[in-house]
Amino acid sequence: MIWEFSKDKPIYTQIIEYIKMNIISGEYKPGEKLLSVREMAVLAKVNPNTMQRALQELEKDELVFSKRTSGRFITEDKNMIDELKASFAKKQIMDFYEKMKSIGLTKEEIIRYVQKIFGEMK
Amino acid sequence: MSEFALECKNLVKRYGSKEALKGIDLSFKKGNIIGLLGPNGSGKTTFIKICAGLLKQTEGSIVIDEKNIGLETKAIISYLPERTYFEDSMTVIDAIKFFETFYSDFQCEKALDMLKNLDIDVNMKFKKMSKGTKEKVQLIMVMSRKAKIYFLDEPIAGVDPAARDYVINTIINNYDENAAVVISTHLISDIENILDDVVFIKNGEIVLNDNVDRIREKSGTSIDSLFREVFKC
Repeated sequence: MIWEFSKDKPIYTQIIEYIKMNIISGEYKPGEKLLSVREMAVLAKVNPNTMQRALQELEKDELVFSKRTSGRFITEDKNMIDELKASFAKKQIMDFYEKMKSIGLTKEEIIRYVQKIFGEMK
Repeated sequence: MSEFALECKNLVKRYGSKEALKGIDLSFKKGNIIGLLGPNGSGKTTFIKICAGLLKQTEGSIVIDEKNIGLETKAIISYLPERTYFEDSMTVIDAIKFFETFYSDFQCEKALDMLKNLDIDVNMKFKKMSKGTKEKVQLIMVMSRKAKIYFLDEPIAGVDPAARDYVINTIINNYDENAAVVISTHLISDIENILDDVVFIKNGEIVLNDNVDRIREKSGTSIDSLFREVFKC
């Protein structure tokens, strides 16, 4: 995944989302050590203070933890990662549902569509 | 020790009857990267030149790391001017010797390292360099000082996108929590992600001074779009 930022949202919230996505997808493994703030800032081409702020927020949510001298790590709590994945999936499905509803489809119709399209996809 | 790298109050600069700066109040925190944004002729360079001690203000006060502008501040300000000040006949090594002589905070090894990473021959004369290379060498010199405040006047104007990326990486890589970096530019979209705060200057006055993410949160738009709105012709 590459760092890309949209213009309409604060950068630090986008960094948080990006790191969460990497945790969910397994790009960042549980317990994996993160690069230093500066290194991450260089990779993302963002201000180091902004990167620091994002990491502190993730730390507050316990998705990231720091060891005093050796840096920051991804949480080892697999349940937490599963929960994160579930809530992400829920949000995507709700967004999708809202769109389908707005064109007049019922839940049953949506499920039928999904099954049909998945069937064709193999 | 003050948390501010720079504080100025009611800074006025007049050229004859023309008022280039109309009473500016500003403070830059240590550890922050600040974008000084405004169209051509808005007073950005005048402000920076006063800070660098190259121009004298007409009124108002300005302190850098708790010192008045003078010899003492020259030693802690690292300034990248809009135009090159290295002679064509100078080589990179000449420039390094020059910096070593004038600035006790110049880190020679750091500069040589950065030059090596770019495969720049230190015996090359400035005359033989492309515009982009010249800009990069100058930036390396300026960022190799361990200053309290860095003023970069239009560091990305007139260089290609790859060189812009290099400039941006260099600024982040050299980030120092005890120093402030002030970048003046009108090419905002390229640098807004590396800024803490932005200051919009228009006709010698500050029209906006806030944190980048707070602005994005409040206005739901990028600094670049906001700039276009504020400075619409």
